[in-house]
Amino acid sequence: MRYEAPTTISAAVKLLAGKAGLARVLAGGTDLLVQMRTDRIAPDLIVDVKRIPSLGAITAKAGAFRIGAAVPGAALGENKALRRAWPGVVEAANLIGSTQIQSRATLAGNLCNASPAADSVPALVASGATAVVAGPKGRRTVPVEAIAVGPGKTSLKKGELVEAILLPKRQPRSGDAYLRFIPRSEMDIAVVGAGVNLTLDRKGVCIAARVALGAVAERVILVPEAAAALIGTPVDAAALDRLAEAASAACRPIDDKRGTREFRVKVAGVLARRAVAIALQRARGK
Amino acid sequence: MMSMIRVSTKINGDAVAFLCETDETLLDVLRDRLGLTGSKEGCGTGDCGACSVTLDGRVVCSCLVLGAEAEGRAIGTVEGIASGDTLHPLQAKFLEFAALQCGVCTPGFLVAAKALLERNPDPTESEIRFGLAGNLCRCTGYDKIVRAVQAAAVEMRKG
Repeated sequence: MRYEAPTTISAAVKLLAGKAGLARVLAGGTDLLVQMRTDRIAPDLIVDVKRIPSLGAITAKAGAFRIGAAVPGAALGENKALRRAWPGVVEAANLIGSTQIQSRATLAGNLCNASPAADSVPALVASGATAVVAGPKGRRTVPVEAIAVGPGKTSLKKGELVEAILLPKRQPRSGDAYLRFIPRSEMDIAVVGAGVNLTLDRKGVCIAARVALGAVAERVILVPEAAAALIGTPVDAAALDRLAEAASAACRPIDDKRGTREFRVKVAGVLARRAVAIALQRARGK
Repeated sequence: MMSMIRVSTKINGDAVAFLCETDETLLDVLRDRLGLTGSKEGCGTGDCGACSVTLDGRVVCSCLVLGAEAEGRAIGTVEGIASGDTLHPLQAKFLEFAALQCGVCTPGFLVAAKALLERNPDPTESEIRFGLAGNLCRCTGYDKIVRAVQAAAVEMRKG
């Protein structure tokens, strides 16, 4: 196995595009090294992207955030401005693993590992985040929900890597939240996850919303029907009932030891409703 | 030998250079090449925390770090916690409170607890339990560990 730690994106792309065989990007390594150590993959080339300066930075510009692909979860939690603007995204990222894992694990890694149960991804999808993908043909920016296509599979082409995650400028009277169900109090994989982001007008009527669910399909899914149940309403009890129903209806989960199909379908609605309640409080400035 | 690379790093404040395989973990380098056997391998998959070390001040599982990644970084291991013959307050309180039995998890707990107290010198019990959730102990039931960390925190705040 060859190990490279380039200092520029173009050098990283060249390495990833040039080599025959299996190449893998190393950011935090909390998934990659586990997969290597359990003999699930044996890369021919590892490209460690932590020496590329821009990938280690969180930058804010005109209210929007650019989070480099190598920024660990702990650094997200330490960034007050980011936490204030996108508490749901930061909380979701910080739910992943232990303090040790938070020192290393990244948003881009969580996204590109393409687990349907990735905690940060429903929150990112709900936020309207985009991923900057660098590759041999240049850069493209895609919605984060277009990265994962199935368990462990992404839409990235050979030579491409996610360079940064972009979070849009916060609109006034907006809030986001992420909740997951696990059978323990922490250190577990989501059985169901729900991310919500919404914006109210001055009268408290919902004018924009996005709802995303994790661990209930082959990848994290955006559920426009659930968002539509909120838009144009004061987010009252009737709207919440319709939201929960739409969230449950969108689920196509597996049945496994962590949760039955029936349980996941039901809990998706419950969590979506509870996440909306938190996002609503935040949008109202409470 | 074809893929051995040279790495220069700092361990417990001392400059250290080593050769390692590209796919070798930092934990294996510490234990098998540098003789620093305080860090333990429990699970090897980042779940148990027995291999906890600090990397540029953040606590990590050294089983999930490649040795090659340590180039130019500063590493802290359990061997660097005491000052000469004087135990760190955490070590002293672990002994006093009998916060260990078999001892395999202890180095990881000490490294993680030290990092925790450096960021939060006066943690609540709940903050300690969440902060150390990445360190597993199959002997003590955790209570004695939490009490020892609380007592060390009091001691350390006195300076």
